[in-house]
Amino acid sequence: MMIRHLKAIFAAALVAAVSAVVPAGIPVARAQNLTLDIVNGVPSAIPITIVPFAFESAATPPATDVSEVIRNDLARSGKFRTLGRQDIVETPTRGSEIKFPTWKLLKQDYIVVGRERDTGGGQVRVDFELWDVTKQQQLLSLAYTALPADLRGVAHQIADQIYQKIIGVPGAFYTRIAYVTAVGVGKGLQYSLIVADSDGYNPQVVVHSLQPLLSPAWSPDGKKLAYVSFEHGDSAVYMQDLATGARQLISARKGINGAPSFSPDGTKLAMCLSYGGNPEIYVMNLATRQLTQLTHSMSINTEPRWMPDGQSIVFTSDRSGKPQLYQEPLSGGGATRITFQGEYNANVAINYDASQFAMVQGSGNVYRIAVMDRKLGDQMRFLSPGPMDESPSFAPNGSMLLYAASEGTRGVLYSVSDDGRIRQRLSLANGDVQSPSWGPYRQH
Amino acid sequence: MNKTVRITLAALLSVGLAACASKQAVKPQPEQTPPPPPPVATAPVASGKYTPADLDTDPCLRQRSIYFDFDKADIKPQFQQIVACQAKYLVDRPEARMTLEGNTDERGTREYNLGLGERRAKSVASALEALGASAGQITVVSYGKERPVCREHNETCWAKNRRVDIVYTAK
Repeated sequence: MMIRHLKAIFAAALVAAVSAVVPAGIPVARAQNLTLDIVNGVPSAIPITIVPFAFESAATPPATDVSEVIRNDLARSGKFRTLGRQDIVETPTRGSEIKFPTWKLLKQDYIVVGRERDTGGGQVRVDFELWDVTKQQQLLSLAYTALPADLRGVAHQIADQIYQKIIGVPGAFYTRIAYVTAVGVGKGLQYSLIVADSDGYNPQVVVHSLQPLLSPAWSPDGKKLAYVSFEHGDSAVYMQDLATGARQLISARKGINGAPSFSPDGTKLAMCLSYGGNPEIYVMNLATRQLTQLTHSMSINTEPRWMPDGQSIVFTSDRSGKPQLYQEPLSGGGATRITFQGEYNANVAINYDASQFAMVQGSGNVYRIAVMDRKLGDQMRFLSPGPMDESPSFAPNGSMLLYAASEGTRGVLYSVSDDGRIRQRLSLANGDVQSPSWGPYRQH
Repeated sequence: MNKTVRITLAALLSVGLAACASKQAVKPQPEQTPPPPPPVATAPVASGKYTPADLDTDPCLRQRSIYFDFDKADIKPQFQQIVACQAKYLVDRPEARMTLEGNTDERGTREYNLGLGERRAKSVASALEALGASAGQITVVSYGKERPVCREHNETCWAKNRRVDIVYTAK
């Protein structure tokens, strides 16, 4: 069992960046950092040592501990077991300094060494090497140069490189997440839509409201978020550019305007709208704003998610009595029910190749995150203990998920490895965290 | 209980049953439900029409929340009287306007609960309209599970959150 407490200190510069994207008239507040705790470990994970990187210039070392960020990323994935700092008995900084018998004795499969130096002009160069301990073979040797403020991003990219080299699929540490916080009580309750790094650091406020915000959805290029806001009394769907803060009203029709989801090519937005009298799935062409109604049933149809090929949509419907998942091609032709185990299956999240469907599965008063393996005869496995878990969202590489849970009367987020064996809580000291959504790979 | 009240209650119960039998709160079919009696017959007060002052003093009109069973949108018998007096108010005061705010408990997903909250609010709207209120007097909004009045994870709390609140926007 590992328990880690990490608290980030976050720069005042963030507030300036944030203020540009807050709609006029709503006061700006700084986003609080989430507190991160890893709550269980995986004994069978791959042993790897990240040796603390040396800072080889006379200048003051940057505040970010790059090797520590890498170590936490790899540990959080559930795929790696990282050697604790107290057990790191030697501190090589380059491959030529590694004494392999030491690391073999410590039963390490891989070792990462690195060093940083000031390059002038305020930039820092980070060199790192990944070595196979058994074969005594170098697997990676790369360098990044960045401003000190961007070193966490560099560390996440290095962790992605290591992950891909060893596991064989791209890492998803250098990505962002969106979520909603609710802080305060009664009429003082304030909702904020936040974008942060995948480990919860660098939170930035996208929008504030005194009314509920929910269901953030990323555009495939990671540049925009669509979300639901009650700021004018009833639900409405907005789309906001993260860099400029420019915001467009997408739909404020009569009734429900909810559950936005971008098509894989980013040109369309699926939503739940009830202006026609019943909550149905509609698809909007974002260029023309033309709406096409996909579902036609006298039941609740909501939570649309696109299949990766963009040809069909999976959604929640209670047409059979209780909520279940259905799939309908964009070309029409009716919906096919796809969940049959469990009395309540809703809010699907689909991984990159549609081999895994995560959902909220309810049974009695217990709601857990379940994953249906579409390559293994739709076998279901539970990723979370409940009792009030919801909003599953896959990392772009499918290796981890985010979901929302309730602890006491507080809303928290968890990230969980796809095998369910390692979970990390992301919480706010004095408020609720909810509606998580994991963003796409970042475009460099 | 006089005869007209009894007939009214029977009519209201059929509205509730119709809403229960079909999943969404569709308006009752004419052949299933007798036309509502003249609104005055449902008056919980002895005579005359409601006035705005009654909203604060009339024991029935003062009740502005209707509670539901889990995952249900049909109006339970014990709330039919509240629906009846609110409907009479709307009939008596054509200038009156109300918003029906549908809410759910925390169980289930946020977006599905938006749908369920709307289904509940529409169920109340249909019952009011069946008793003579005009659709133009009623606005429906769903908050789903976003506005709980109670935050604990137990049935006592959940029961308080599964509700439609009646909010008069014009008296």
